[in-house]
Amino acid sequence: MLLDFGNVGMLLLVALVFPLLALGTAFFIRPRPRQHGIEKSLPYECGVDTVGETWVQFRASYFLYALVFVAFDIETVFLYLWAIKFQELGKFAFIEMFIFLNILLVGLGYAWKKGALEWK
Amino acid sequence: MNELIYTVAFYIFAAITVAAAFGVVTKSNLVHSALLLALCFIGVSGLYVLLQADFLAAVQILIYNGAIAIVFVLGTMLTRRSSRHGTNDTEVNIPSRVVTLVSGLFVVVTLGVIATTPWHYSSGVIVEDTPSLLAQLILTDYMVVMEAAAVLLLAAMIGAIVLAKGVEE
Repeated sequence: MLLDFGNVGMLLLVALVFPLLALGTAFFIRPRPRQHGIEKSLPYECGVDTVGETWVQFRASYFLYALVFVAFDIETVFLYLWAIKFQELGKFAFIEMFIFLNILLVGLGYAWKKGALEWK
Repeated sequence: MNELIYTVAFYIFAAITVAAAFGVVTKSNLVHSALLLALCFIGVSGLYVLLQADFLAAVQILIYNGAIAIVFVLGTMLTRRSSRHGTNDTEVNIPSRVVTLVSGLFVVVTLGVIATTPWHYSSGVIVEDTPSLLAQLILTDYMVVMEAAAVLLLAAMIGAIVLAKGVEE
């Protein structure tokens, strides 16, 4: 099993080297800001300059989506486990997962009723 | 040869985890801290892989990196600071003697326990197909625990809605 994860390790290595190579190449061949003036060192040479800070305060209601996402993300783990053993465990597991999903559907219904799913 | 690769991988992952955790505490920008936390989670999942817990490693990446780290980054976005610099400053914390004593004691006790515990290698056989075994256990022996997890998730979801709605009004 560990040998299989060697492939994952190779992929991680490539994923690490790839952006480093791209950014490193860009570092060497990019125009030097001092030679071409301040305009060249702007993030975008054309278009409208940004006004004010880039970091703005987000609305608190966005946090709700993040938290609901976490709940459903954890649910997928259980669903995955159920899906791979579904055919062997049969009806019993099906009812079990039905109850599990129904409990979570109550939460989704509550969110819906409270208008939490509306994008304002 | 295999043993050597295993040892090297362990030390690489351990170094990544500890270095990232150190960065989380010392970085002065909260967003950098959150991203380093994600790196720390990746290191931990690598350690899980080395412990033959492949499903746990996948869950670690899926939930801790995919969800918890996102929540942290989004949480910092909600704060009313024009600049992220200095959001995680530790200079203002005056070193307290009591805190130093307690945390020092904690380190000593932990190291003492680690040193004096007789560690045994597990005699159980290595499970090749962990997810299906876990599924078998969760859906039969521990089904009540799974339903309890559903109730817990429901409570978390309702709590999130109540909190977010309360902020808006």
